[in-house]
Parts: sequence; structure tokens; C-alpha cells
Amino acid sequence: MQNQFPVLELIVRNHPGVMSHVCGLFARRAFNVEGIVCLPISGSEQSRIWLQVQAGDQLEQMIRQLEKLEDVISVLKPDLDSDTFDRLPAMFKHQTRTVAPGSTSVV
Amino acid sequence: MATSATVLPQTRRISGAQLIVHLLERQGITMISGIPGGTVLPLYDALSESSIRHVLARHEQGAGFIAQGMARTSGKAAVCVACSGPGATNLVTAIADARMDSVPLVCITGQVPRAMIGTDAFQEVDTYGLSIPVTKHNYLVREIADLPRVIDEAFSIAELGRPGPVWIDVPKDVQSAELDYDDVAYLIERPALPEISSQSILDAAAMINAAERPILYVGGGATNAVEQVRELAEHGHLPATMTLNGLGILPADHPRSLGMLGMHGARSTNLIMNEADLLVVLGARFDDRAIGLAEKFCPNASIIHVDIDRAEIGKIRQPHIAIQGDVGEVLTRLLPRITSDGREEWLAAVSDMQTQFPDHRPGIEDPLTHFGVIRAVAKCVDGSEIITTDVGQHQMWVAQSYPFNRPGQWLTSGGLGTMGFGLPAAVGAALAEPSRKVLCFSGDGSLMMNIQEMATAAENDLDVKIILMNNRALGLVHQQQSMFYRENVYGATYLQKTDFLAIAAGFGLDTCDLNAAEDPETALKAAIDKPGPCLIHIFTNPEEKVYPMVPAGAANTHMLGE
Ligand SMILES: Cc1ncc(C[n+]2csc(CCOP(=O)(O)OP(=O)(O)O)c2C)c(N)n1
Ligand SMILES: [Mg+2]
Repeated sequence: MQNQFPVLELIVRNHPGVMSHVCGLFARRAFNVEGIVCLPISGSEQSRIWLQVQAGDQLEQMIRQLEKLEDVISVLKPDLDSDTFDRLPAMFKHQTRTVAPGSTSVV
Repeated sequence: MATSATVLPQTRRISGAQLIVHLLERQGITMISGIPGGTVLPLYDALSESSIRHVLARHEQGAGFIAQGMARTSGKAAVCVACSGPGATNLVTAIADARMDSVPLVCITGQVPRAMIGTDAFQEVDTYGLSIPVTKHNYLVREIADLPRVIDEAFSIAELGRPGPVWIDVPKDVQSAELDYDDVAYLIERPALPEISSQSILDAAAMINAAERPILYVGGGATNAVEQVRELAEHGHLPATMTLNGLGILPADHPRSLGMLGMHGARSTNLIMNEADLLVVLGARFDDRAIGLAEKFCPNASIIHVDIDRAEIGKIRQPHIAIQGDVGEVLTRLLPRITSDGREEWLAAVSDMQTQFPDHRPGIEDPLTHFGVIRAVAKCVDGSEIITTDVGQHQMWVAQSYPFNRPGQWLTSGGLGTMGFGLPAAVGAALAEPSRKVLCFSGDGSLMMNIQEMATAAENDLDVKIILMNNRALGLVHQQQSMFYRENVYGATYLQKTDFLAIAAGFGLDTCDLNAAEDPETALKAAIDKPGPCLIHIFTNPEEKVYPMVPAGAANTHMLGE
């Protein structure tokens, strides 16, 4: 059965604007991104972004549009366990509580 | 490449602004358009000492379209400059227009100093964020040392593959920072274009040779492949239709030319396409104005799609054969494999259709009508002229009836359809090609949108003629409301009778009132022949319609009018 929420793995140039480029591409096409993880690739000027997206006819076009971005070096569709993203929240078990309206501190 | 560049000593202390200017010179830039402001003052200071000619626009949107006029005529990236905040926001429309029509531009804006970014400083706007969706690529330069890479990359990206605009935002303190600069030759190597697949060339040739009723559908992406397109059409006996931005790739009077397709295309062309068994798409992108309802476009045809931009292939219609590559290179490899089938039956069917459904050009003999004035203007020039238009009915009438004979002759805002394009684009074209006459067909609504650039045309004494078809209306809106909104024309006519002749004279242009001329054709010829900028004014009828017309969302065979 095809995974309803496949994951794309992007290698990108690591600079402050790159997330806007990637997210804007999806927003403009009213294509929802279900999940995002981004980590720098150590010892390089690149980052890796995992995007959990919706399966569908539009996906191929989205991949081609991503490949057109100058800051995107490669796009892969790795075969991840479909629950990879589901397991993430547990890893971020939070230590955060709100102390005053609008401000957050880590305890 | 650039021979006129200021020669720098081996190593020297240089400011960011001087570095930008030097890098522009090295790219061969001799002219830029722009308007200064606080955050680009270091750059203007450096420009004042350079070999580059700065053309002062009267509005940043004008500056953007002037650069487009230069780029669209030369095929090379042109540069425009503006300050931060309102300067940058004013540029957005012209840049978005360049992106839609794949025009190479490098646009440079000032930004507030780095330490003030994000503080809502005076004239701060998120230029980087604003420019993402309207550019091919963009930069916020954070370090002076990044400038050589960024500027060289920007030109490479703007011109390579599918061209487009690149925006470089440079904080003021980066412009005034200094560094020791060793002149290095080109820092970046332009990436190679993708390899064209040999198998797909063979497959495409076989499919074309086997087709009985093939048609070429030629777009702006084939601009650099004039010879190859012509040879394919002639040798393979393939009728060819062109998109709005493809007009001129085959001359209008070429026997294989079917003229324009689509919403306001030729009736016979839209009907012929319905019969095709093969559609060869060359540098075109299945725009909705060209193809109408996508599912019903060429319903019986197989599709071969050639485009440099892989994302265009399969975006709207899935082709049977996809070839990613430059149209010229692909055709050069394809042509030797094309057999010269006479296709008599198909060509006869095509010409029958053209006889049965001829183009209607009412009033064409009378120079005081919309079609008549277009024809009369064409008779005054020798084919070396450049034509620009604004957006509206006048644009469509020119597209339908002007005898275009080469690409680069015809500059119009296709994808974005921006009123206000025509005059500044004409200014840019005249700056880039001073030996050619530039004729701008405009409407009273559109001209008003960048009318201030009359001052730029006058100041630089450019050979630009504006032919204003004044119907005292937003004619195309008037038409749509008349046809599709119960003749409820609302907000589409001008009650105020603006005196365009007096305005043009006020800006320092010559004027020609065709309606008042004893012999309009003689007056027109005299106005066009005389060098320098001129407004040629003619009243037209707001009740006229652009026909045929495919209603938005309908199949191309569903044409109204005539
Ligand atoms: C900047 C911009 N605003 C609005 C429109 C919508 N629009 C398309 S055509 C048109 C009317 C153009 O009027 P005019 O320039 O007088 O040309 P005409 O149709 O009368 O020949 C309008 C308002 C547009 N294309 N561009
Ligand atoms: Mg009008």
C-alpha cells in the first residue's frame, strides 16, 4: 500500500533564507506540509531537510519545483518507516512551560 | 567579456559599492536604469565614477520595465537599481512580470544596515521575503566578501537555462564596507545544461515522420531557434502556431504560419488544432490563455514536449515524448532525422479551414479605426522596427494583425499581463537599440500607469513613438462585462476626458492628433519618420470587441464573435 504521507529528503545550502524558499513553494500551491525536520550536516555548509507531505498527483510536480530552487542541491524520496515522524514528538518530551503571557522559558 | 571595465590595480582597498560596479562592468553591463534613495547612495556614488550609463527612471516600476526592454531586445541580462522599502516594493510588479515571461534581469536594491534589519527601521521592508515568489533566485548579501560570488552567480542564473529575474538586496553598510580586492577572473563556472537524451530524439523523429496531421506549437522558449523552427516547418511540412510571446519566430507571412492560437487566436487555427494527431510543443508551457480548457485541447493528438525547464514538462499535459533541453539544440539534432513528407492532404485541409474561416479585420482600410491604424503604422516602417504594447484590446489587435517578422521585434507582457509595460519597455528597447524605431501601441488606461516615463524618453531623446488608441475606457474589461456580465459595464469607462496630447507636450514629446489631421496617413508617416519621442493619438470605439474570443475556462473550439 502506498504511504499516504511520504517523506522527501532535501540537501540544501544552509543559510537563513532557505526555509522560506522551501516552505513558500508549498504554500503557494496550497500544498500542505505535514511535518518538517531540519538539521545541519556537520562539517559542511549544507543542511538536510525532511518534509512529510501528502501523496498525490501533485507530488511529482512539487519535486520538480523543489529541484529548480537554486539552494536545493538534491531531492530524494527515501523509504522511511511510515511512523518515523509519528515518533518524533516523544523525543522532544518537553521541559517548557509558560511563565508569563508571550514569554517562554526552559526550566 | 567586458573590455570597458575599469582596470583595478592588483590588490586595492575597495568599497562594497565600488566592487558591485566593477563586477557589473565585468559582466559587460554598460547601462542600468534606476532611482536612488538613502540605502543605495554608496552605490550611486560609485556609479558616478564608472563607465556605466545610469538612466534615471521616474518610478521604480518604470526602471524595472526599462531593464526588461533592454533584456528582451538583447537577450542578455539587464540591470535595474532601487532603494530599500518603497523603492523595492515599487519594483515588485516589473520583476514578477519578468519571471512570468522568463526575462533575464538582475535587480539590485539597497537595504537598511545589517544591525538595523528586523527593527522596523526607516524604509525597511523584507525585500528578501517579498522577492522569493517573483524571482528565479534572490540574495540578501550579508558580507562584502560574498559580493563577487553573488553577482557572478546572479548573472549566470538569470541567463542560463530558462532565463529569469534575480534580486540582490545589499545592506547599506555592506556597500560602504571595504576589503582588499584581488581581481579574480570569473569565480564561478556556469553549470552545464542537461544532456539531451538521444533515444528521445529518435523517438520524436519517428513520431513526427509517422504523423499525418502534425502541428508545431511554438512559444517564447524557441526565440533562439528561429532557423531550426523554420527548417522543421518547411522541410517537414508542419504548420506552426505561435503563442503571444512566440510571435515573430516564424514571420507572419510564412506559408506554414498559422498565427496565434488561443483565447484571441485565429478561428481557423483553433479549429485546425482540434484535428491534429500530433502536437510538437517547442518552448511553450500550455498557458490557459493559449490552450483553453486543458482536457479539450488537441484532444486527438499525441504530444512531444521540448523545454529547457523540466518542471514545465507534464505540468499541465503529460506528453508522450518529453525532451528536456534547449529548443535550438534539440531541433538541430532532430532535423536530420525528419523525412520530407509532402503531407498534401493535411496542408490542403489546413488551407481549406483558413479559407472557410478567414480573419475578420473590419475597418482595416481606414487609418482611423483600430485595425486600420495598426496597418497604417506597419506601412510607415520597413520591418526593422521594434513593437511594444500595453495590455488590453489594443494589445490583442496588434498581436492578431501586425506583420511580425523576427523574435525580439515584439515585446509584450504575456504571462502577467501588466498594464503599464509598454512605454518603459519601449524606452529600454530604444536605449538598447538606438538605431531602430520603437513603436509602442498603448491604451488610455495602460498609458496612465507609467505615463511618467515620457519624461525619461524625452530626457534621453529616444526614437519612441507611442500610438495611443484612446477609447476612454478599460476596453478589455468593458468587453468582458458586455459579454459575460449582462452588459453591466461598471468601473470600466473614464468620465474625465484626459487631454493626452497636452500631457505629452508637457513632458516634452512631439504630438500628432490623427483625428485632426487632414490626411491621417501622411500625418502618421511624418510623425513616425521624424526622430525623437512622439505621442500619436487616435480615438477608437469602446464598443469594439476583440474577436474571436474563447470564454475563460471553455475549450478553444468554443469561440464567440464574428
Ligand atoms: C496593472 C493591471 N491592472 C489591471 C489589469 C486588468 N485589465 C486588463 S485589460 C484592462 C483594460 C486596459 O485598458 P486600456 O489600456 O485602455 O486598453 P484597451 O483595452 O482599452 O485597449 C484592465 C483594467 C491589468 N491587466 N493590469
Ligand atoms: Mg482604453
